[in-house]
Amino acid sequence: MAIAVEQPAVAPARTTRARLASVPGRLVAYLQAAPLALILGFFLLAPIVMIVVVSFWDYDFARLYPDFILTNYVDTLGSWVTWRTYLNTLKYAVIVWALTLFIGFWVAYFLAFHVRSTTMQTVLFLVCTVPFLTSNIIRMISWIPVLGRNGLVNAALLKTGVVSAPVEWLLYSDFAVVLAMVHLYTLFMVTPIFNTLMRIDRSLIEAARDAGANAWQVLWNVVLPLAKPGMAIGTIFVVTLVMADFITVQVMSGGQSASVALMMRNQMSLLQYPAAAANAVVLLVLLMVAGILRVVDIRKEL
Amino acid sequence: MRRERRPASFWILAAFFALFVLFLYGPLSAIMILSFQGPDGGLTFPLNGVSLHWFRNLTEQQAVGDFGGSFRRSFTLGLMVMAATVVVSLLAGLAFRRRFVGATPLFYLTVASLVVPSIIISLGIGVMFQQIGIRPSWYGSAFGAHLTWTLPFGVLIMFAVFNRFSPSYEEAARDLGASPWQTFRHVLLPMIAPMLVGVGLFGFTLSYDEFARSLMTAGTYNTLPLEIYAMTTNVTTPVLYALGTVTTLFSFLVISLTLAVIVWLGRRRARA
Repeated sequence: MAIAVEQPAVAPARTTRARLASVPGRLVAYLQAAPLALILGFFLLAPIVMIVVVSFWDYDFARLYPDFILTNYVDTLGSWVTWRTYLNTLKYAVIVWALTLFIGFWVAYFLAFHVRSTTMQTVLFLVCTVPFLTSNIIRMISWIPVLGRNGLVNAALLKTGVVSAPVEWLLYSDFAVVLAMVHLYTLFMVTPIFNTLMRIDRSLIEAARDAGANAWQVLWNVVLPLAKPGMAIGTIFVVTLVMADFITVQVMSGGQSASVALMMRNQMSLLQYPAAAANAVVLLVLLMVAGILRVVDIRKEL
Repeated sequence: MRRERRPASFWILAAFFALFVLFLYGPLSAIMILSFQGPDGGLTFPLNGVSLHWFRNLTEQQAVGDFGGSFRRSFTLGLMVMAATVVVSLLAGLAFRRRFVGATPLFYLTVASLVVPSIIISLGIGVMFQQIGIRPSWYGSAFGAHLTWTLPFGVLIMFAVFNRFSPSYEEAARDLGASPWQTFRHVLLPMIAPMLVGVGLFGFTLSYDEFARSLMTAGTYNTLPLEIYAMTTNVTTPVLYALGTVTTLFSFLVISLTLAVIVWLGRRRARA
């Protein structure tokens, strides 16, 4: 992910700080950073290297054979099923991204500019955050009694006479997948946008108003441009989450739709690890390319 | 002083926000109600009587796996991940306050950890352990896999904390003759304690609910989300909802306790 980073987060000021940066000080910094580096090295970097290596290996139903063959890539990229699956995943990503951006922005905007007391802001923000800290699977299952054939929505539609037979496409469909993803991932948009909106200097808005801008112009010319970094971070989150999602697609589409990660998951359950690894590499490269197009300074935003 | 009148846009956005909250909590409350379904009730409304039948059913041995054991494993794993996340994030946060060679790559790696798909980490760790010849286990490989998800959150929160933290407090302590340890223990730690509790909450709950990263790494014994997932494909009775209700209430309990601790720490500091 290309996130341009400026070196020091905290400005080293004055003599005391300079003394801190001396040789023993630096040694302390290395010791403090070591656990993080070791854990990420062993559980993030090494597994990714392993995946790249294994993607060139040969395999049969029982085990893997170290080798250097391109079969896994040729099989994956040469099959139209793969391309269709990638397109389908991309479709989910675009739709979910647009919806979460719209909802996320207005929710964050309401919290940041319309809620007046800080306590109320904190409380309402927590109300949005709490579901994020509960189980995704449970949150997915909870749509079943709402959207199902005999669910609440259908019951209401039948009672009011809008439809004469239960609507079938509410559950186990692309609609259900998108709805569940928006349900699960909007918070990843709300939080970064809320964070950037809270950092906007309120005097800028007053200045714009004094200069004769109406509410719409303030929003369009002042708030929106300043909210872009938050939107970009939210976008990175939502797009990577959707591109890598398999469980929402599996549960909510009832096995009728496919995604890249679901394809990997199926290969994994058939013990075709090299094939899954080749898919993982393609997906990672794709996400990295998408990341380079979005250059944001995360560190400055915190 | 009279309060400024709310513009129309406020009411529209307030309604939008209310709908969003309903969207977040509505379905969840539906399964909570349905978990009290009578013994003959099904997976949808209407309620066919009210009973605790499905909760009782939950405590009995299930056809698929065992709920109690997986809960204990997930709970223990959550505590382990929580402790590791708090300590490692705090140390890393302190390290990043200084310049050191490799700070930028390490920061990139931390952010990458957040965006690399869970299933890829799961696959990578699974295959790596298999090739090294270590059996995957929930307290080993899954523990590491969960840390790749919780540590970035912890480290980024610590970044945000230290970006706003003035070094003048520590300088004052040092000028008064405090040792580095005393400065840390009596000045820095009390000030950042509420944030550390927050990091702990993230560490615990994210691990407790993690599914994709446990998939290939948990080994022989299932964690709770894996168990729930298995149930979604096999179980067609409200016992599923009962399990959902119990775990969600447990999450709520953990969150409320944490918030209470944070508020308490804040009050104590304000008094001191």
